[in-house]
Amino acid sequence: MIAKVFFERYDRAGLIFLGVMATIAIFVPLSNLLLPTDSFLHVPTYVMSLVGKYLCYAILALSLDLVWGYCGILSLGHGAFFALGGYAMGMYLMRQIGSRGVYGNPDLPDFMVFLNWKEIPWFWYGFDMFPFALLMMALVPGLLAFLFGWLAFRSRVTGVYLSIITQAMTYALLLAFFRNDMGFGGNNGLTDFKDILGFNIQAQGTRAALFFATALLLILSYMLARWMVTTAFGKVLVAVRDAESRTRFLGYRVEHFKLLVFTVSAAMAGIAGALYVPQVGIINPSEFSPANSIEAVIWVAVGGRGTLVGAALGAVVVNFLKTWFTTGFLAPYWLFMLGALFIGVTLAMPKGIVGTLQDWSARRRERATYTEKSAQKIAEQGE
Amino acid sequence: MNQDQSQSQAPADIAAFEGGTKAPPAVTSALLYLDGVSVSFDGYRAIRNLSLFIEPGEMRAIIGPNGAGKTTMMDIVTGKTRPDEGDVLFDHGKHDLTKLDETAIAELGIGRKFQKPTVFESHTVADNVLLALSGPRGPFASLFGWRNKVAREKVDAILETAGLLEHRARLAGEISHGQKQWLEIGMLLAQDPAILLVDEPVAGMTDHETELTAALLRQINKEHTVIVVEHDMAFVRALDCKVTCLHEGSVLAEGSLDRVAGDERVIEVYLGR
Repeated sequence: MIAKVFFERYDRAGLIFLGVMATIAIFVPLSNLLLPTDSFLHVPTYVMSLVGKYLCYAILALSLDLVWGYCGILSLGHGAFFALGGYAMGMYLMRQIGSRGVYGNPDLPDFMVFLNWKEIPWFWYGFDMFPFALLMMALVPGLLAFLFGWLAFRSRVTGVYLSIITQAMTYALLLAFFRNDMGFGGNNGLTDFKDILGFNIQAQGTRAALFFATALLLILSYMLARWMVTTAFGKVLVAVRDAESRTRFLGYRVEHFKLLVFTVSAAMAGIAGALYVPQVGIINPSEFSPANSIEAVIWVAVGGRGTLVGAALGAVVVNFLKTWFTTGFLAPYWLFMLGALFIGVTLAMPKGIVGTLQDWSARRRERATYTEKSAQKIAEQGE
Repeated sequence: MNQDQSQSQAPADIAAFEGGTKAPPAVTSALLYLDGVSVSFDGYRAIRNLSLFIEPGEMRAIIGPNGAGKTTMMDIVTGKTRPDEGDVLFDHGKHDLTKLDETAIAELGIGRKFQKPTVFESHTVADNVLLALSGPRGPFASLFGWRNKVAREKVDAILETAGLLEHRARLAGEISHGQKQWLEIGMLLAQDPAILLVDEPVAGMTDHETELTAALLRQINKEHTVIVVEHDMAFVRALDCKVTCLHEGSVLAEGSLDRVAGDERVIEVYLGR
């Protein structure tokens, strides 16, 4: 019974996605830890970290698809929510360093000692406790999105104008976090992490655990997003995307729907950022750069917006290409490549990879039933 | 309330209202009450001192040449446009519609069908009706609430009335223009409003479809108050109801279709001489 309800919620792409992700979540860490390095199936640590990073991006892409693909809110500032979650994690990791910093100060992170600060600022309180930090990873981006959305959606700012102010938001945060007085390490950001939950952050076992956590969170984020879009709530989101004023005349408070989905999406992006930071070992203001947010939009467009699975796939595919292109003689051409990819997909496959595949298989099925029907008809006439 | 009595009462209210008391009448028998309404866009006065009273259970056809202010009148009632002056009251004067937004007005029970059919094209026909069904419409109610467990029969009953049952699983973007118009009327029915505002329902329809639409609206009028804006005289005749002719933003003539059609000023306006 429960299984039936479970399977009804997912389409074929979703079930494939869940199966593949579950396999990756279990196989990659185990293979990295248990198989001998010369084994054919061994996943080296650097590959695991790299894929872990891609999976964080996939969660970010999912969160963006939820607002853009389903509700039509083209956020060009989702990188900001990702970075804020990352900073929350970074602050926790900084507090974990304790007296092992360069200056050996047990109460203050290195950059504060360097700036001659005497005591820790109030907004760093509590970040030595993991549960508090964990809460902040989702709460801070969520709260920012809530305030921002409350003002923007209430004033009925939509379309290009909304995209521009989300872009302005992430740019403003970029400039703010660059300042040393903000208390987040300025230009250098937060780095030199040692431990997470008492485990050495560089250790292979910790890395495998972080990978598993990321894959699991991607699965859970997908399930949450899929649940949201398959309920009546999701149908209203699509209605808002396609005919906003009609939805209003039907009696729906459009701004409440936008606000809820925007807030949930921002919290999801924050968690993605929080998982990203311990795996790459640094968070700095460049994560707020508008280009990052725009790149995330490209992932979703390439994978197929409004499909969820496509967003995650797009994030992995584009970032794989990016890694491939930026290491080697092709490096100077990556941005041209990215631009060409975006234009190419928009022109040739407006529905992205997954959207195009779904259309294609639907058409094939239709043709199959059609042929079957005409065969039947011919048989009937023959009788 | 007795229909005849209420109709005779309404003008008395207005007389008292116009006679100096600034506050709108606390009690009017009209379900929808517009009085002294004016609105201008960039200096152009689209509605001039318009007064209109719709009684509960009534069907009213609003006719008038292009630019007479028919659609603007509907925009004012549904909260899309705010009037510069005048009173727009609903439900026996209980609600001042000029102070509410589109959603609040829809929640009060005023449903609207647009001139251009606007259905949710990437949803199925059945889902369009499902979204329209009256009931809690908050975001949390939509995530956890009953709208996720609506019985198929409930939606199908409405689709049956609108003549769309066999198209329930098709995307609303794929059905024909006339079917979209019916779907929108079906969505209005699902909303179960106290009053339906229907803007040009038969534009672009074949004669046969027009006949079916008139029958559908007459059937809906058995339980709902209906206002229809229309150009098509054959259709208005088929509706067989009281007619109001608008011209340059105010009422030119009102009464039965024959009386309005026989009015010299109406003829002049329509023939443009």
